[in-house]
Amino acid sequence: MTDERLEIDRLSKRYGEVVALRELSFDVRAGELFGFVGSNGAGKTTAMRIALGVLAADSGEVRWAGHPLTLDTRRQIGYMPEERGLYPKMKVGEQLTYLARLHGLPAATAREKVRLWTERLGVSARLEDEVQKLSLGNQQRVQLAASLVHDPAILVLDEPFSGLDPLAVDVMSQVLREKADQGIPVVFSSHQLDLVERLCDRVGIVRSGQMVAVGPVDDLRAGDTVRYAVRAPQAPAGWADGLPGVESTSYVDGTTLVVLHRGADDQEVLRAALATGPVHEFAERRPSLTELFRHVVSVDPTQAGEGK
Amino acid sequence: MRTSETIRLVIGREVSTRARSRAFRITTIVNLVLVLGFVILFKLLGGHTSASDIGFTRSAEPLAGPVVSVGHAVGQNIKPSTVDQATGEAQLRDGKLDVLVTGTPDGFQLTVKQDLPDNLRNVFTVLSRQIVLNNEITKAGGDPATVNSAVEHAGFPVNSLVPARQYQAARIALAIITGILVYVSIMLYGQLVAQGVVEEKASRIVEILLSTIRPWQLMAGKVAGIGLIGLAQMGLTAVVGVGAGVALHAFTFPTNIAAGAAAWAVLWFLLGYVVFALLFGALGALVSRQEDVGGATAPVLMALVVPYILSITILPSNPTNGFMAALSFVPFFSPMIMPMRIALGVAPLWQPLLALVLTLALIALLVWFAGRVYSNAVLRMGAKVRLREALSSH
Repeated sequence: MTDERLEIDRLSKRYGEVVALRELSFDVRAGELFGFVGSNGAGKTTAMRIALGVLAADSGEVRWAGHPLTLDTRRQIGYMPEERGLYPKMKVGEQLTYLARLHGLPAATAREKVRLWTERLGVSARLEDEVQKLSLGNQQRVQLAASLVHDPAILVLDEPFSGLDPLAVDVMSQVLREKADQGIPVVFSSHQLDLVERLCDRVGIVRSGQMVAVGPVDDLRAGDTVRYAVRAPQAPAGWADGLPGVESTSYVDGTTLVVLHRGADDQEVLRAALATGPVHEFAERRPSLTELFRHVVSVDPTQAGEGK
Repeated sequence: MRTSETIRLVIGREVSTRARSRAFRITTIVNLVLVLGFVILFKLLGGHTSASDIGFTRSAEPLAGPVVSVGHAVGQNIKPSTVDQATGEAQLRDGKLDVLVTGTPDGFQLTVKQDLPDNLRNVFTVLSRQIVLNNEITKAGGDPATVNSAVEHAGFPVNSLVPARQYQAARIALAIITGILVYVSIMLYGQLVAQGVVEEKASRIVEILLSTIRPWQLMAGKVAGIGLIGLAQMGLTAVVGVGAGVALHAFTFPTNIAAGAAAWAVLWFLLGYVVFALLFGALGALVSRQEDVGGATAPVLMALVVPYILSITILPSNPTNGFMAALSFVPFFSPMIMPMRIALGVAPLWQPLLALVLTLALIALLVWFAGRVYSNAVLRMGAKVRLREALSSH
């Protein structure tokens, strides 16, 4: 694998009083699928627009393979903007061919790629139709085709899954995975966290213009604590309080949620549970990305800025 | 990828989408109908000098020669024919004859349908006096033929204080058609640029385009592409107009007057289009919705409408108007006024050349202005961008 990393290096941007990005940094490695998540207005779109050169950063730099992006390198990016954009009155085929050629493809290759990608994305029957005559879902597929027809060396997609039906989501996921496997950096933003969790090699969570957590989903989940769900119907409330290593407990309908310091002895807890009667379940509860996200974005920003 | 190739792609898209549009087909037809209508008007304007049909009964026939030659002397073409009285009267009623001459050369009578037209009254008045004169000369022992040939060569020079303009009616018609076509075309194609810019902004495709090409390349390609379409339409209209005029013998004036006016009209369309397309493009970039285009471009529209209204109302009745002559040098106004003054024959060559240089200088300035405003405003979605902000940011 080559070192064709996409590096977002300390980007800052403010709109008047509003700070959109403050020293936002992350990198997307070649062959990696990177999920970019954050609340609305957190700065994802701003960061992507800066990377594509359609917005100027106040400071910071975006590099690819060690060099700052230029118009020539940007031409190799496949970009899907948050606000979808195609000429409504232009035919699908002509439009895609035009965009491919603007990205530097010769005419014949452009037509070939258009055929290939529209077939792959299931809109090849609509090549001769004006974009405005297509359903929203199909327009979305054409939009994706527009970001892929020029064989990009980098993919930057802002909310590529929004508005897609489940079948299209599957096709889209496959395509992104495939592109990453070909060794190019792929970064996309999404609010569908289950999808991000399933698909991405690494995720970055952004809040108020800062990256608050970045890494493989499993690593992010592995925090300072481990959570166990213990179903012991006869256990009295408060049975686990004060056990060594226990940070907090909560009791709901016979199930106790025990939060332990990482490295504390979980067997100690199990023994205490068994002492109260039968134990039907004793399992580690790994937080989903959604829970992780809720936790991370709800933390006070001054603390979040420091740690991961 | 080279800049020229990028711009060529943008031009190609503009040309192919515009040329296939219904608007283009309709305006081309309207232009052609308009210009052909004016060619027919020229034909009718020229009709005054067409021949009058005059019938002579057999007894009056010796008068046919003298009538034709008198007619020639006073500038009236006459087509004589020989008819009998009954047929002649029938033809008068049908309008095939203008006058029927009966009687003998010494005592002729005229029959008309209703009135004797003034131009023919002149002819016959001169003729009847000449017959009397000839008789008197004969009585005095002279030879009428010698006298007549001496009289025929009499003439006098005319000195004009202001150089005479020939073909005045035709020139006015030419100026009006030129003025209308240049104005309508600049308006139409200039507005298309504004709409095209906003279309890209409103549909957000501009963000995809500008992630791969530079703003000025997009703007230049758009202005050039739409301009090519306009130029093709204007050129076609000019060629068809001049061609039809020649083919139908509609021009009673030298063809090079029409051809010259048409060529200048095409050139001034092109210059005016570039001026207004740059302005419209820049102002269009300030707004994000198609319905806001009108408001954004309104001030510039006035610079287009006012000189047109002035020239179309003042120039035909007063071609040498000094105020209009002065305005025709003002860069924003030249494209509408100068071609009309050229068609009217009141602008010596140095005038359009000077106006052309001034307009080119304005275009250089506008390229800078439009490039700056467009680049700074075209990616800013939402509320209307203020012009001052667009000029100063970055």
